[in-house]
Amino acid sequence: MSGPEAHWRASLDSGRFLIQRSVNGGEAVFPPRIAAPGSGEALEWVEACGLGTVYSVTIIGRRPPEPDYNVVLVDLDEGVRMMSRVEGVEPGAVRIGMRVAARIIREDDKPLLVFDPLETQHGG
Amino acid sequence: MADDFPRARTAIAGLATYGLGEAPGESAIELAAQASRLALADAAIRLDEVDGLFVCLPSDFLGGLSFAEYLGIRPLFTDNNRTGGSAFMSHVATAALALEAGAIDVALIAYGSNQRTGGGKLATPAKNNDYDAPYRPLFPVSSYALAAARHLHQYGTTREQMAEVAVAARAWANTNPEAFAKGPLSVVDVLASRMISSPISARDCCLVTDGAAAIVMTRADRARAGPKPAVAVLGAAAATWWQAIAQAPDPTITAAAESGARALAMAGLTPADVDVVQLYDAFTINVILFLEDLGFCPKGEGGRFVSDGRIAPGGALPVNTNGGGLSCCHPGMYGLFAIVEAARQLRGEAANQIVGAEIGLAHGNGGTLSSQATVILGSAATL
Repeated sequence: MSGPEAHWRASLDSGRFLIQRSVNGGEAVFPPRIAAPGSGEALEWVEACGLGTVYSVTIIGRRPPEPDYNVVLVDLDEGVRMMSRVEGVEPGAVRIGMRVAARIIREDDKPLLVFDPLETQHGG
Repeated sequence: MADDFPRARTAIAGLATYGLGEAPGESAIELAAQASRLALADAAIRLDEVDGLFVCLPSDFLGGLSFAEYLGIRPLFTDNNRTGGSAFMSHVATAALALEAGAIDVALIAYGSNQRTGGGKLATPAKNNDYDAPYRPLFPVSSYALAAARHLHQYGTTREQMAEVAVAARAWANTNPEAFAKGPLSVVDVLASRMISSPISARDCCLVTDGAAAIVMTRADRARAGPKPAVAVLGAAAATWWQAIAQAPDPTITAAAESGARALAMAGLTPADVDVVQLYDAFTINVILFLEDLGFCPKGEGGRFVSDGRIAPGGALPVNTNGGGLSCCHPGMYGLFAIVEAARQLRGEAANQIVGAEIGLAHGNGGTLSSQATVILGSAATL
């Protein structure tokens, strides 16, 4: 039987973005663990909704012609935070508070979670 | 919480630095051994009296064992803790407890690195975890940058205020013969330097130098009888809240808020009692975060606090009086150099001596704002 990290990676490889939460309705957990941090409570897998908000962002400056790139911390709506990057916009356009949606890509022959900006919702 | 500490029952009896800046042709273990030799001579204690060995070598996983072998001693206790640059403050805490318990009589705490002439970049086996690494954050600067970006966002801190930290450090370094980086440095210079990982630019980053340091600790009675003024260990506490910055509940509030409060409580002091402050300034944002977390100003006020030269020479609060990791030296794990500078101030022999300094605080940071450890030291008059 594989551990939770291997299970999470295998799920991501099959197109599913999972996170954990306490079976007693406690807080969501990421990265995957064998038990809830702090309490030791049992965990179950749930499908992440995939929506989140940029909590922090840094732009890594590189010497031309190499392009700058962003690294972000994203707060998923479930309440966990993860490192990632926002794609589809210039690095300098990524802002704290920006709403984003997860997407699974393949990079270096492995699945990887990245985020895209959500379109501005009008009248919603 | 049991947090007993043998206040003023142990002391720093000897100290030394060696090879700060560039030490071409000398290995890390040679540098650490040179500093150790000098610190033991400073305390007038023989090498064969060392029975507690505390050491961290940057790229030697079992450096404690290597160093005992190199020195040719067989310690009763060897501590090879690897909590990053805060390790040495934890060493002080452990050594104080072991000395007080009578488990050891003489503790040697040492560090050495040749990362500048040996490789030219930060020498560390630490790296991003497997969840973060695919996004290519620069280790460790991007983690600090993500915390700094939050500080700017939440409290209105500015890059100019971060730059004030680097400018103050340089001003201290300019009158410290031991400091590596000298010369004029302005806020404009810092802002104009190359952006590494926003909002942290090249001049917001600590140096990459060689260097070694060592201190010798004994129980207070022996230190008092030594040739140099004894420096009392009044409190020492370490706290670990996370490893990766992504797991920090709020990366603008570090475990320094815990380690500092606990160390000061052990000493029976408050921040207002502290005369000199030595902080691990891996990046300019560190000083802002730690001044807040250690209680020198309210959370969110650090940027304003460091402005207008308040932590520079002649300012109200002397911070990093040797020039810090930003301008004096940064041989990879700076914690021990902060302790040495605090102790020198309390012995009255610092290059930039603060007249009448009685209480010093040395704060170490390890990982990515992860491990925080604070030591409160007192002059011989506090023993």
